[in-house]
Amino acid sequence: MRHIIPKTYREALEHLKSGSLHILAGGTDLMVQNRAWSETPVAFKKDTLYVYNLEELRYIEREGDMLHVGALASYDMLERHPDTPSALKRCIALLASPGLRRVATLAGNIGNASPAADGVLVLYALDARVVLDSADATREIPIEEAITGPGRTAFEDGEMIREIRIPLEDFDSERFKKVGGRKADAISKVSFLGAAAFDGDVIKDLRLALGAVNTTVVRRREIEAQYQGLTAADLKARSQEIREAYAPYVRPIDDQRSTATYRRQVALNLIEDYIHSL
Amino acid sequence: MADITFTLNGERITLREEPNLRFLDVLREKLNHTGAKEGCGEGECGACAILLDGHIVNSCLLPLASVDGRDVVTIEGYRMTERYQMLEKAFIEEGAVQCGICTPGMMIAAESMLRENPDPTDEEIRHGLAGNLCRCTGYNMIIAAIRRAAKEGEGLW
Ligand SMILES: Cc1cc2nc3c(=O)[nH]c(=O)nc-3n(C[C@H](O)[C@H](O)[C@H](O)COP(=O)(O)OP(=O)(O)OC[C@H]3O[C@@H](n4cnc5c(N)ncnc54)[C@H](O)[C@@H]3O)c2cc1C
Ligand code: FES
Ligand code: FES
Repeated sequence: MRHIIPKTYREALEHLKSGSLHILAGGTDLMVQNRAWSETPVAFKKDTLYVYNLEELRYIEREGDMLHVGALASYDMLERHPDTPSALKRCIALLASPGLRRVATLAGNIGNASPAADGVLVLYALDARVVLDSADATREIPIEEAITGPGRTAFEDGEMIREIRIPLEDFDSERFKKVGGRKADAISKVSFLGAAAFDGDVIKDLRLALGAVNTTVVRRREIEAQYQGLTAADLKARSQEIREAYAPYVRPIDDQRSTATYRRQVALNLIEDYIHSL
Repeated sequence: MADITFTLNGERITLREEPNLRFLDVLREKLNHTGAKEGCGEGECGACAILLDGHIVNSCLLPLASVDGRDVVTIEGYRMTERYQMLEKAFIEEGAVQCGICTPGMMIAAESMLRENPDPTDEEIRHGLAGNLCRCTGYNMIIAAIRRAAKEGEGLW
């Protein structure tokens, strides 16, 4: 296996031309997934491109109503940045531990493509977009298109995330919930982000996203759209109907963390409770 | 093999090693710094904590490649400081050490937190220790020790 430590981003992109590589950012997923015996090197199954020290990609910048998050900006940097959306800050506060947040990245959360990824859940709700570079092209895709299934992304060999773009919008109500085991380290059994903006009494924007209940994060814009323009009171009166609208998309699996029935109940309760809180 | 250069407890060193070695193993096996421990090897327990550029990280999740050009402080280096002395005294007085396996990691977590927040509430201390497990003490003594160190060591952080 080859180990490539590029000195510049340009050099990294040139190396990516040579085929499928592990891109190691914070390493908090890759190091665990490829763990070998103690005292032996990590057993990567592909050639590895170590990008953690590419300072060029370690930035967070606001431009108008858009936040540009460089691929190597850590959760810790996001937590401290004044322009980070509060929904993302809520999620980061519950994500693992200070040591992990110091090195781990949102780009890695996307690249790992777990249906239980907390950062990705927030990115879905905030309409984030992902900018992918290769040695000779750049494209920008919505987060929903970036992730295609558990552990699967739409990235081509040769591409890597340069940055994540998050539109900055104000919400009047926000709730992030993670129902898991131990608060710090539990990768979610079920996670939820709800956000709403009102115009007077009328809902002008409603966003509901659920993690760990399907092969990717569940966000249904067509359902959200149906309830925009209603008052909070109307919405509450229809909470049961909203719950049922999501039921077909809540199709969790049994795994070592939880059973499907439990996850399903919890996920639908989270939606209903949030509607009642508005 | 790659040449990786970093500072370890104030001393600049260059190693020619496999970049995919876990930094925890480099410390323990190649550099004879055994203060950082292996608990879980998966980022869950904090026994392997070190300071990277002044902030806690888990050395079991860190490949050697990522350390290139950075500043590392382990418990061996931290021991030489006045802040450590204050923490040590507080840990002893509060009975915050039983088997001791978690202690180096707890001290590193405490340092990382106090550096940013010299006067933490108990809730903030708990948040700062969220990545460090202790099987013995039940945490209350550790929290009390950090509270005491912050109070008695006012001005140190
Ligand atoms: C103890 C522990 C607790 C955790 N808790 C949580 C939690 O609460 N919530 C949660 O969501 N996750 C959690 N995780 C998982 C992990 O920390 C996150 O998914 C993190 O965001 C991964 O980022 P990283 O930079 O460390 O990724 P890496 O391990 O470096 O990479 C992960 C994947 O992304 C790819 N990748 C990285 N950067 C790029 C790029 N620029 N372009 C393209 N692909 C890229 C890699 O090739 C790899 O496939 C936890 C992990 C551990 C070990
Ligand atoms: S050994 Fe590194 S966190 Fe447990
Ligand atoms: S004192 Fe034994 S694990 Fe903490």
